[in-house]
Amino acid sequence: MTSLPANPSAKRLGLVIDLDTCVGCQACVVHCKEWNTSSGASALSDTDPYGEAPSGAWLNRVHGFELDDSASGGCGSTVHFPRSCLHCENAACVTVCPTGASYKRAEDGIVLVDESKCIGCGLCAWACPYGAREMDRVARVMKKCTLCVDRIYNENLPVEEREPACVRTCPARARHFGDLGDPESDVSLLVAERGGVALMPELDYRPTNRYLPPRRPVPAADRPAALEPAPGGFLGWLDRLLADQP
Amino acid sequence: MHPAPSIIFFTAASGAGYGLLVFAALAGLIGLVPVGSASGFALLLPALLLVAAGLLSSAGHLGHPERAWRAFSQWRSSWLSREGVAAVVSFVPALGLAWAWALNGRLAPLLALATILMAALTVYCTAMIYASLKPIPRWHHRLVAPVYLGLGAASGSAVGIAAAAWTGASVLPLAPLVALALLVGWGLKWRYWQSVDTQPATATTADAVALGDRGTVRLVEPPHTERNYILDEMGFRIARKHGAKLRRHALIAGLALPLVALALALLLPQVPAALLLSIGAGLALVGVAIERWLFFAEAEHLVMLYYGRESV
Repeated sequence: MTSLPANPSAKRLGLVIDLDTCVGCQACVVHCKEWNTSSGASALSDTDPYGEAPSGAWLNRVHGFELDDSASGGCGSTVHFPRSCLHCENAACVTVCPTGASYKRAEDGIVLVDESKCIGCGLCAWACPYGAREMDRVARVMKKCTLCVDRIYNENLPVEEREPACVRTCPARARHFGDLGDPESDVSLLVAERGGVALMPELDYRPTNRYLPPRRPVPAADRPAALEPAPGGFLGWLDRLLADQP
Repeated sequence: MHPAPSIIFFTAASGAGYGLLVFAALAGLIGLVPVGSASGFALLLPALLLVAAGLLSSAGHLGHPERAWRAFSQWRSSWLSREGVAAVVSFVPALGLAWAWALNGRLAPLLALATILMAALTVYCTAMIYASLKPIPRWHHRLVAPVYLGLGAASGSAVGIAAAAWTGASVLPLAPLVALALLVGWGLKWRYWQSVDTQPATATTADAVALGDRGTVRLVEPPHTERNYILDEMGFRIARKHGAKLRRHALIAGLALPLVALALALLLPQVPAALLLSIGAGLALVGVAIERWLFFAEAEHLVMLYYGRESV
């Protein structure tokens, strides 16, 4: 059924991504591919992987942007921006699906694709402004982030492994997983503390995932004055000798 | 957006087919064409063939056409599903109308009205598949559905008058209907082009990464070096000067030349008139095909903000 759940639970599982600490290492991208190519209904396939025009379906992509904030007193910075499904409350990718393959779970808000019902029409990918869905050109069905639904509830895994692969693997701890429907959850508190935001809220897709903006640079006036470099060698010895004299 | 030939053929052919069904049913109801086996086969058979060919072609871009039957199930939420249901349902009155018209020589007014209604509804659903997509600002536009309906009527009636002319029906009473459909259809398209050309951008790259309040944002490191599905499907871009040229070609082929053919046909005897109107009908279809190609090629998707487009 591709209508959105009539009585969704208050639970809304999702990710909080810290743009301040993400270093753009692509580890989350690789672990996502590794987990989902071996755990899904079909492999997350690549075409021509060792040839001239390799291409493939990936559920998580990290873009590198340059932020020019000189107008507001900043000094410019690089922002690494991981992009994956935001598990929207108002998920148009679900409602446009003609077959019932695309659905949103009432119990936790995760958006999934039932591959056995997908006809590969691609309309859900058109309906997503965030580019979260990619067609698998070998299985000829649509693929998307499952929030590692096969990890987070998996009792065969040790408790500490029961979080999405991308979160588990992030060496900078820039990715956090939790219930954004619960205002007291760790992720909700983090969002409140750091001023986390949704992407393009004016489109009214109401994404669950939140992004924590980069911390603002310290204003020039508040920075410690630059220290004169301490001389080394003979001059350094002389400097210390004179400084010690009364 | 990538202009897939199967979808362009689907929307152009089924639009013309439904337009022709409406034209025939209307002309029959008003009494502008004689009802009999000649006009029945000439008008309704090509209409049904165009519709069927269009629908079959739409399955051509599916990854799993063998599961296409599932697409009839989600009409409560999906315009694509509604389109499929409407297309199948529309065959019921259309086949009934064709049967009574061509085989019994009788016009069934209720079936004619139901055919007109279902044809319009199906084309409306086709248009809404595109018009309901917010991430593509040029499609999420109030004139998209009127244009689909108008150009379906324009191309369908251009085919209709040519078919009627071959059966020996008088062209004169039909000509105003055809001229009206052509002018209204392309007039709406002209208005649409004017509107989208002055449409303000929906979002910038900074908005897309939620840094709009911090400054300007520029892509420096794309996430992958090779193309992927997103870029193939949504990264298509056409040069503005080619767009302007193709719009002119669409107007000349779709509107101007069919109108000239229509005017000249009024002055010529039956066979040359029918020949000229057939050329006009072919050009009308070519015009809509160019227009439909542009509808895809000129549309930009918000996801491209993450891939280097500064604003969409």
